Amino acid sequence: MSAVLPQSREQATGLSFGEALRARFRSLSALPSGRFFFSVILFLAILVFAILGPTIFNQHDPLQIVGGLYDTPSSKFWLGTDNFGHSVFTQLMFGTRTSLIIGFVAGLIATGIGVVIGTAAGFNGGFVEEALMGITNVVITIPSIVVLILLSIAISTRSIYSLALVIGVTSWPWTARAVRAQASSLRTREHVDIARLAGANTASLIVWEILPYMLSYIFMAFVLQLTSGILAEAALSMLGLGPSNSVSLGIMLHWALLWESVRTGAWWAFVPPTLFLTIIAFALLLLQSSLDEVFNPRLRRS
Amino acid sequence: MTLSNEPLTLLEARHLTRIFGGGENEVRAVDDVSFAIHPGEIVAIVGESGSGKSTLARLLLRLLEPTSGQILFRGEDITALHGPRHLKTYWREVQGIFQDPFASFNQFYSVGRVLKKTLDLSDEKLSRAEQQQRLELALRNVGLDPTDVLKKGSHQLSGGQLQRVMIARALLVDPEIVIADESTSMLDASLRVTILNVLSELRARLQMTILFVTHDIGQAYYLSDRVFVMYHGQIVEQGPVEEVLHDPQHAYTRRLMADVPRLGGWGAKVAAD
Repeated sequence: MSAVLPQSREQATGLSFGEALRARFRSLSALPSGRFFFSVILFLAILVFAILGPTIFNQHDPLQIVGGLYDTPSSKFWLGTDNFGHSVFTQLMFGTRTSLIIGFVAGLIATGIGVVIGTAAGFNGGFVEEALMGITNVVITIPSIVVLILLSIAISTRSIYSLALVIGVTSWPWTARAVRAQASSLRTREHVDIARLAGANTASLIVWEILPYMLSYIFMAFVLQLTSGILAEAALSMLGLGPSNSVSLGIMLHWALLWESVRTGAWWAFVPPTLFLTIIAFALLLLQSSLDEVFNPRLRRS
Repeated sequence: MTLSNEPLTLLEARHLTRIFGGGENEVRAVDDVSFAIHPGEIVAIVGESGSGKSTLARLLLRLLEPTSGQILFRGEDITALHGPRHLKTYWREVQGIFQDPFASFNQFYSVGRVLKKTLDLSDEKLSRAEQQQRLELALRNVGLDPTDVLKKGSHQLSGGQLQRVMIARALLVDPEIVIADESTSMLDASLRVTILNVLSELRARLQMTILFVTHDIGQAYYLSDRVFVMYHGQIVEQGPVEEVLHDPQHAYTRRLMADVPRLGGWGAKVAAD
């Protein structure tokens, strides 16, 4: 994969967006980096653990009381029990599942809002852009954790989906700003003018001429939002604002903290969820940066 | 429609002005420009980069709103028209070709799809066979084999081929005037002549009116009947190409002429004192 010779003038100069894109398509058939595969396999392993784990290990109720207060890990309960006597291993499977669901839903909502606002601002320019970016900047300056806490308290029933919604509607501004920059540079491209000369209206210009060029970018933004959604859930749940009657990685940490597992040396109560959050975030961030290499061959190391 | 002045004018600009920015950063990209273009002639706008010639082309194509002034097509003020719904009829008569043939194509679609979209301009409901016929005719008009290019993506064609497809696209709706904005500057020398010849053939065969924007005075001489010299957003000199280039009145035109490389061929002929 090293020392790829430019195959054409376009690839050699690599200046215009169209040229870069053609190089991208060529690169997709090339082998992505080892980092890419490593991160994908790591993330898939976590997904399998969260989705198929309960079936594989035949554990279907994370809230079943199977032991006493902080039983040490044993051959029966690999990660011991928590303060209520739940199996930590079972809780970890269901907790990871909840965290991933919240991350996915929050990420979808945040990316959706961000793309709509960013594209509308960047494509239209002028007053629309100033107004939308004004709103975006105001939302950015408000510390999102404060909004999250207030919104979580305001909502009476805290299900995983309402929590995901709260996280989603507070975390779109960065995506909106990034997408605005992209849309704003894409709108001056000549193929957009060509479509205009064919009588295309704004909606069809955005859908057919702008969005296809941003898809790879939007996907990467989604991966980032997924990561931050999972971490935001953990932060909120640790504060005790997590979904009720459910278990997530953040809720596990919440109880571990409350029952002083650190002081009593019950490491199996807080190390597994912490480790899982770290691995999930690590895998997704690695995936995001290696995707950048796949989509943008110039970043590739030789 | 008013059909007054002789000879008949097709496209006319009156005090056309476009200002970018404001205050200290104000740029008068096009500054009080007036001219008239008659049916069947080829007019070249020459000027260095930054002279406002591309802005003028975009204003005339109605891709950019003028700050003030009017554009008249067959005597009708078309600066009053806004939005694709109202401008469709204008774009049926006035089409454009741009500088970068690679950037002019949406990479995600086939050549055929890009061409077909332009047929949306026409009000008549064309059957699929009729559409196909139109596309093939337009491609043959620019010397391309339809079966060869229609299904291809733009990355499978060369710059010269793509630019000819772009010309074919502009011809699809049978416009009165084609505005070509630096349409040869991204191509290498041999292809450049091919494109110029395609354009002059179109005029000969279809009585097409062409507004040809270029920084290259040699190309303007080769192709056009009349030339407008643009400098700092204004047309500083205009007239028949022979007159302007053999006896330049404005200091800027003389400087442009002095910059033409003297290597033989038509460039040298133009530059000869």
